[in-house]
Amino acid sequence: MSQLKKVTLKTFRFNAETDYLPYYKHYTMEVGKDELILDLLNRIKWEHDGSFSYRRSCRHGICGACAIKVNGKATLACKVNALELVELFGDELVIEPSSKKRAIKDMIIDKSDFWEKHAAVKPYVVSEIDPRPEHESKQSIEEFNNFLDSDLCIQCGACHYSCPALEVNDAFLGPAALNTAYRFTVDTRDEAGDERLEITAEGGSGVWDCVKCFECAEACPKEINPIEKIGKLHNLQFVRGIAESNVATRHAEGFLRGMKKTGYLDEADIVTYSEGYLGMYKHLGTAFKMMKVGKIHWHSGIPFINSIPKIKNLDEVQKLIEISQTNKL
Amino acid sequence: MSEQLHYALFTGCTAKQSTPELLSSTLAVADKLGIKITILEEASCCGASHLQDFDEFLAHVLNARNICYAEKLGLTMITICNTCQLNSAMTKHALDHDPELKAKVNEKLAEVGLEYKGTSEIKHFLYTLIDEYGLDKIKDKVEVPLSHLNIAPFYGCHNIRPSELHEEANGRENPYNPTSLDNLISALEGNPVNYESKNKCCGFHVELQANHTSEVLAGNALLDAVDNNADLMVTPCPLCHLKMDTYQDSIGKVMGRDVELPVLHMPQMVALALGCTEKEIGLNFHVQKAKHLYTQAS
Repeated sequence: MSQLKKVTLKTFRFNAETDYLPYYKHYTMEVGKDELILDLLNRIKWEHDGSFSYRRSCRHGICGACAIKVNGKATLACKVNALELVELFGDELVIEPSSKKRAIKDMIIDKSDFWEKHAAVKPYVVSEIDPRPEHESKQSIEEFNNFLDSDLCIQCGACHYSCPALEVNDAFLGPAALNTAYRFTVDTRDEAGDERLEITAEGGSGVWDCVKCFECAEACPKEINPIEKIGKLHNLQFVRGIAESNVATRHAEGFLRGMKKTGYLDEADIVTYSEGYLGMYKHLGTAFKMMKVGKIHWHSGIPFINSIPKIKNLDEVQKLIEISQTNKL
Repeated sequence: MSEQLHYALFTGCTAKQSTPELLSSTLAVADKLGIKITILEEASCCGASHLQDFDEFLAHVLNARNICYAEKLGLTMITICNTCQLNSAMTKHALDHDPELKAKVNEKLAEVGLEYKGTSEIKHFLYTLIDEYGLDKIKDKVEVPLSHLNIAPFYGCHNIRPSELHEEANGRENPYNPTSLDNLISALEGNPVNYESKNKCCGFHVELQANHTSEVLAGNALLDAVDNNADLMVTPCPLCHLKMDTYQDSIGKVMGRDVELPVLHMPQMVALALGCTEKEIGLNFHVQKAKHLYTQAS
């Protein structure tokens, strides 16, 4: 019994029907080495307050119902050992719903935004099905492996509600929906890949609004790495010729312009090239401020012209770009 | 006596362009601590995760080329930008775990007489200072204790996430509760500010295509630091620095509240405490005025 550790659960409480604001209640309990976060949620309900509410079902990490946050860390309650989190955060654990602003009651949140975005990417195989097939619809191991890990998504919302871009931009599809879009787009039985790539190429909602923070990779309890799939969707837009020339795609491709000339990114050129000369005016104020303090260099007497040093052996970079480039805008 | 530390420095693009103060303060700190630095003048841009969106294979080839030059010297490659660290480490991880990809990349590299072997480690300067030089030794060298300053550590995403990629290079820093920068601030006798946003995203990477998102993310972090009494913010990433230093006027407009907070590069803070010269520290290159820190520190 010496294994028990005293832990305080600072727990988010809120009932949208009766409470004006959420509040926190502290529950202190002795926690054993085999207890999961879900066990602690059960103990709050069973030993302290029967009105405490949370979602749970399978207890095996597969239904995705019990995703919450502990000290800000996305946590599938039935999968995570409580004392491991105590080791990381100390003996006060802050128990909160996945998204505080969507709380309905305690840990239970309104996930309708998640499901709307899930539905928006056509999360199913689109195919003309032959009612009298003469052979099986076979896939090779390689074709299957292309989407195997992305298919493991349990729609728990851990990545979705850890995504800072989504917190700021309601239109953004988010990592879970984009992972699903990838999963069906690379399925060889599917015929709606290009359509999905167009949906996910949309400015404001698609892949180009990902901020590249890797919160989703960290949050996923199934180790899917959603941002890696977002990267693959970026690539596929160029591979399949879906990418249109816009500020985001030029920003990605435009890195090569500077690299061919000097080996480095050309910071001024990437802004001008991505935005276009008309869009550039937005940045003039910042450019002046940067010039004033010497962040934009004047080696040649004229700003932006020949202001960047060249790397040694630049010809190697030029040659490698020439022989290794696989995509075009 | 232990052997002198010697690293191959991958400067990245910003240190050669808009943040010269990052390079000068890095070299000054290394000099003060007796760390030998060889600059990889052959190294090109890492692609900053944007070239990777366009052409992943090409980005691997170019990053592998950079790493080749550190391998030739037989040295650990150190970075002074989180995004350089991420993209170089991603290429290293991909090539070291996928022999087929490694062979394809080496086929291209052979055309310019290079071969990627996988013999050099890649580490951010922050972690070489802590893990290899040592905080105790840094503490002994402090000439200007930063005890008058409340310093908000801002870790930057690409040094701490994805944790699986970085765990060898960053002392198993936990992305939900990082401590390295806090410990460095304490070693310099500064007061680390505890605030929620320290491990959050600054929004730099969508500055052009999703400007509002970018401004709000940076604004949230800056104001969180201000509300927790920070006198300045410090970051190991020059892209976080550029976003949060250069755009405070426009961020203030979006947030509906003025923001005035100096944002220092990690080596600038160390250089300040080690008594390096103002020219080496280069606070004059900041858009948000920071030169008062020279007197405030001492």
